[in-house]
Amino acid sequence: MHPTEAKLLRAYGDREGDGMVQMSFTLQMPVGARGREAAKRFAEAHGLKEPIISTMEECAEGFTYFVAYGHSQHTVDVTNLEVPEVEVPRLEMKEIDHRVKTRLARKIVVVGACTGSDAHTVGIDAILNMKGYAGEKGLEAYKSFEAYNLGAQVENDQLIERANAVGADAILVSQVITQRNCHKDNARALVDLLERRGERGKFILLLGGPRIDHKLGLELGFDAGFGPGTRPGDVASFLVHKLCGEEPLPSESIRAVAKAS
Amino acid sequence: MPRVPVDESQVARCREHAAAIASDVQKYIDAHTTVGVERVVLRALGVVGVDDQGVPMVNALVDRLHGADVLRFGASYAIGASIARHGGDVQEAAERLAFGPIEQVRELFGEVGVPSAEQIVEARKALEQPTLDALARIDGARDQRLALRAAHAQQAQPGTPLKYVIVATGNIYDDAVQAKAAAQAGADIVAVIRATAQSLLDYVPEGATTEGFGGTFATQDNFGIVRRALDEATVRNGRYCMQTNYSSGLCMAEIAWMAAVERLDMVLNDAMYGILFRDINMCRTFVDQYVSRRFIARSKIVINTGEDNYLTTADAVEKAHTVIASQFVNEAFGHRAGLVDEQLGLGHAYEIDPKIEDSFLMELGQAQLVRQVFPRHPIKWMPPTKHKTGDIFQAHVHDALYNLVGVTTGQSIELLGMFSEAIHNPLLMDRYLSLKATRYVFTTARHLGDEIELKPDGIIARRAVTVLAEAEALLADVRVKTIWNAIAEGAFADVKRTRTGGKGFTGIVERAPGYMNPVLEALEAST
Ligand code: B12
Repeated sequence: MHPTEAKLLRAYGDREGDGMVQMSFTLQMPVGARGREAAKRFAEAHGLKEPIISTMEECAEGFTYFVAYGHSQHTVDVTNLEVPEVEVPRLEMKEIDHRVKTRLARKIVVVGACTGSDAHTVGIDAILNMKGYAGEKGLEAYKSFEAYNLGAQVENDQLIERANAVGADAILVSQVITQRNCHKDNARALVDLLERRGERGKFILLLGGPRIDHKLGLELGFDAGFGPGTRPGDVASFLVHKLCGEEPLPSESIRAVAKAS
Repeated sequence: MPRVPVDESQVARCREHAAAIASDVQKYIDAHTTVGVERVVLRALGVVGVDDQGVPMVNALVDRLHGADVLRFGASYAIGASIARHGGDVQEAAERLAFGPIEQVRELFGEVGVPSAEQIVEARKALEQPTLDALARIDGARDQRLALRAAHAQQAQPGTPLKYVIVATGNIYDDAVQAKAAAQAGADIVAVIRATAQSLLDYVPEGATTEGFGGTFATQDNFGIVRRALDEATVRNGRYCMQTNYSSGLCMAEIAWMAAVERLDMVLNDAMYGILFRDINMCRTFVDQYVSRRFIARSKIVINTGEDNYLTTADAVEKAHTVIASQFVNEAFGHRAGLVDEQLGLGHAYEIDPKIEDSFLMELGQAQLVRQVFPRHPIKWMPPTKHKTGDIFQAHVHDALYNLVGVTTGQSIELLGMFSEAIHNPLLMDRYLSLKATRYVFTTARHLGDEIELKPDGIIARRAVTVLAEAEALLADVRVKTIWNAIAEGAFADVKRTRTGGKGFTGIVERAPGYMNPVLEALEAST
């Protein structure tokens, strides 16, 4: 490995290196000279040099809303960023169907739901349902997939029961509501429950939602995380890679044991 | 207002279809009760409190009667008969029936498990005064509310849509602070958004609450806390601020009653929302919505229906007509529950994909169509949500166009769009900026609608004509199929539900001959 030279970036406003950024915030104090000074110091504390308080308005009794512009002193070194990304080549539907047919010789079975008290179905529907998303058909439309969409407000234990009942290869979980990190708690709870049931590793676990990324998915014990803009093809490609690629199938050994006993 | 061409005979046919659709369901409704209906009636009669496990008294009692298979005679019968036999008031009878020996329940139903004609007469008699008290309480709260309204300015910008904002901190005390702030910043209506899980709870939590995800629990105490905050804001600003919450989910009827006695001005209440968006059983929902609306009718509360939601799961261009069709259905159900047009805040939304060319024109056509088809109704118009992304600056522009359509077409109630829609529940600052931007658009374009005329065969007019025609076709189809089957086929919101599926199905009971419900009967007699 060659040591790479640090590449430090500043925010780009009008010229390279000017560090120009804007921020807006509310302070619980009245409009006035003191308010302006407080806002300035607040901006400075965030690393803005020579901040301009471009707006100061009362947004509620005793609360003031500010917009500040300033030159950010901070830099970011972009050479050493390690970001796990789902790195599988995107395949066309035809190719996916072909690979599954020739390499797996059966359909890939997936079960998906939006879990906990979360009632948002549009995200999981976008991935699973025929209609699909952004011009791409959902997994239901693939010849090589058997997709079960359980909808929203599904409890983790029901989801696991169903995954077992249909012999799923993968469980797809959607989490949209994030208030006080309930999406993380819900997602973790599924992994814990699988662990307790001795079924961890039996299914490929995919997590998705507007505040999810691959890193978070991995952290929470899933095999992958998918964020905004995910298309069904991304998910299908990932699963095909996992199940039909060179990698061993995580579920195969367990299933073999289950069948033998 | 720029008129779009509307064929009045087509509108009349839509209403006729909707009437037939609702009348078919009404037969079912009139023959059934639910645990939710029985609980609200007990609340209205004055049953209060929780048991030592925190279970509301009304749940404890109704569950016991349901378990003993006597709910079909009405919880009111049990209360009345128990008072007739043992004396005491409604609360005492409720406690006796819920916690006493089960014989005290059984004895009210004689040898064969059916009350005698005599017992029914006595039970009715025992409930005469409590029923009058129940109505007086609702009427008193209504009169107090309307008097406070009448004594203050009604609106921040008269002649433009009412500005409606939401607060949703999860903690009712923070909600109260935010509600007052919103009123001061120019909001006419404040909604406290409800916690995510509540619609599926088959009981209403008790007390003031400080822990909710995605919103704050709807409880009677929480309603009171926000009402007091808004009363203060009303006096301070010299302008009345309205309060709204959700009368939906498995407890929609109980919450309607709470809204009535705690002086809420509006509630979100829809005949089908729970079925489509929370997978609540359709039989249950149809019965519950009817009874909830009986209370709402009496208290002169305005409802907001939920058709706007259809366009979050279904495409807003392809399925615009389902909104209009559903509005006719909601109207028909509402009329059957005693609501007048002025209480029917039918919902629709600005949800067309902004990338579509001339989508602004289509939205204008649709918004104007709704306005003309439902002229007396306080139409509730919802902002773009689904196509908003984390680009808050772009979202602010998106909302500006929405506001322009709103003021031009004279929508009645506008839920203000938030530029942070795709990110979090609105912050104090987000709400302030939204109110400020809306005020700007409403001021600058105040009379735009009076100034412009539409090309009779232009894009806007054609859009309106198409949508109404499609709505009529859908209603005709639903009428033939019945709404039960139409919902099963996904006619609304692209969501399919079955007649016996969904949550809360076990809480439905066929009424027995002699079923007694004096509170409901009084409400039915009055409107
Ligand atoms: C539509 C919508 C609704 C609809 C949902 C209808 C339905 N059946 O789904 C209705 C109106 C019912 C609704 C209700 C509520 N909502 Co809502 N809703 C939205 C809205 C406007 C759009 C969401 C959406 O559909 N996006 C489109 C889809 C395609 O995007 P997506 O979900 O991100 O999915 C993509 C990716 O993330 C990924 N993905 C998602 N899941 C999965 C799963 C897997 C396995 C994979 C691989 C990929 C994947 O792929 C998808 C395609 O690219 C957002 C705001 C916004 N603009 O984002 C608020 C929003 C999500 N809602 C919110 C809230 C709070 C609620 C309520 C709780 C409000 C309340 N208190 O009543 C209720 C929910 C009650 C409950 N029990 O959950 C908040 C959440 C705040 C937060 N961060 O916690 C938001 C952000 C709005 C806001 N600013 O307040 N909502």
